[in-house]
Amino acid sequence: MNAHRTLFGWLQATPLALVMIAFLVAPIVMIVIVSFWGATEFSIYPAFQFDNYQFLFGSPVTYKVFLATFKYAAVTWALTLLIGFTVAYFLAFHVRSQTMQIALFLLCTIPFWTSNIIRMISWIPFLGRNGIANTALQNWGLIDEPLEWLLYSDFSVILAFVHLYTLFMVVPIFNTMMRIDRSLLEAARDNGASGAQILRHVIIPLTKPGIMIGTIFVVTLVMGDFVTVRFMSGSQSANVGRLISNDIALLQYPSAAATAVVLLATVLIIIAVLLRFVNIRKEL
Amino acid sequence: MEQRPRSFYVLAAIFVLFVLFLYGPTVTIGILSFQGPQGGLTFPMNGVSLHWFADLFEQQAVGDIWGAFRRSLALGLMVMVTTVVVSVMAGLAFRKRFAGSAVLFYLAITSLVIPSILISLGVGLIFQQLGLKVHWATSGFGSQLTWTLPFGLLIMFAVFNRFDRSYEEAARDQGATAWQTIQYVVLPIIAPSLIGVALFGFTLSYDEFARTLLTSGSYNTLPLEIFGMTTNVTTPVIYALGTLTTLFSLAIIGVFLATVWALGKRRARMGSDAGKGV
Repeated sequence: MNAHRTLFGWLQATPLALVMIAFLVAPIVMIVIVSFWGATEFSIYPAFQFDNYQFLFGSPVTYKVFLATFKYAAVTWALTLLIGFTVAYFLAFHVRSQTMQIALFLLCTIPFWTSNIIRMISWIPFLGRNGIANTALQNWGLIDEPLEWLLYSDFSVILAFVHLYTLFMVVPIFNTMMRIDRSLLEAARDNGASGAQILRHVIIPLTKPGIMIGTIFVVTLVMGDFVTVRFMSGSQSANVGRLISNDIALLQYPSAAATAVVLLATVLIIIAVLLRFVNIRKEL
Repeated sequence: MEQRPRSFYVLAAIFVLFVLFLYGPTVTIGILSFQGPQGGLTFPMNGVSLHWFADLFEQQAVGDIWGAFRRSLALGLMVMVTTVVVSVMAGLAFRKRFAGSAVLFYLAITSLVIPSILISLGVGLIFQQLGLKVHWATSGFGSQLTWTLPFGLLIMFAVFNRFDRSYEEAARDQGATAWQTIQYVVLPIIAPSLIGVALFGFTLSYDEFARTLLTSGSYNTLPLEIFGMTTNVTTPVIYALGTLTTLFSLAIIGVFLATVWALGKRRARMGSDAGKGV
């Protein structure tokens, strides 16, 4: 009976395992292999050389770009956490009717199901030289000349990241908050805790798993991004993802693969550290 | 009802600002897509017209966007069905302990956090070295599954964490086989969540860009087509396209939500036969 059940379990897991092996494990193995290959201007050839890594670690550009990537991730993380926590807190503890809670929660999540590229494009009329922001600021007499740094700058990159990814903080944090036993809050209040004290000593500690899951999403999405940085910076800023995609565009696959291996290692180390703080399966 | 604290109004204001921040830009390009024929990418409106929507039907203005739309739609449906079936099976598997379950779980997590461009690059390289042609329905399809399946699996974990096993025990006690239990007890109970998985599967595929970049071959999906347009189209036609596809996404979301709601209604009406003597 037991052997039969094990077999049944394996059969049910097989399709997922096959997809993961064919389209996740195999591509990673392939990238690792190709990262040791050589390249001419037109083609790549099998080899076992460390040239790609030597070049990568020998170039000051690499360190600059990795630093920029960490900077994007850190700033976006801080902003999405601040906004996401506030929004989730409002929804979970200040909205009283459940129907209203669901409706407002859906309102927050719907943009997640629409196209990221369109949502990036839609910042152009706001931030452009003659865009809404500049026109408004000039009309109010706050500035004389249009601000040039609104669009195609680090500012617009971060703005787009926050716009696209705050949702990934709101949803897990809201989910954990809804599972907090309300009688704990009452107990704290009965013992004379102020609202701020309840937030700091009861809600925030109990919300940590949600914060961790949100952090995993936001950090990995920003670390692996290449489209947002390219589009919102007008190709003026770089992150690791763009380094890879530029190499791909030049058909320098081995060099792209080496950068990809280093990026993947970085992301996995970060995630491994974060996973020590949360049991994802239990928290869903 | 007790009085609202002052913090409520501050937080409510922040929430309203957040919603404006989320939707404002999209609404703006919605308005700007009705620019007059001479209008530009920013305000002021230079007249009001459907000119740019009409342009979407002209091959010269926008390329093969309708072909791209059809491909994205077909791919989205393929990914949706596969995601639902594979996620449910895997979700059921993970309820039992089986050798290798931890490995498979961490693979799914890796699949979720891996930078998308790596999937694109790796799958592209494999197909290239094997001498196979990349195509949206083969390499593109598989690459997108690495993004939708982890979501589906996580939803299934959430579903089964809340699932009351006594229903299954009751079915088994009454002599149902393992398969009958799944078919008549488990699946009907989790059906509304499966609609959620389907929504994730379809929309994540329909909007996916990075994982299809190097794996879709010579026929572009819609997001790839739109991204191509951002570099060479400088008229509001791109807003018109953005508005249409956003409306399409909203319609899809609406259909899914309506289905969940209808299922809930039906269940409330027919769920219990207590006291009816059947």
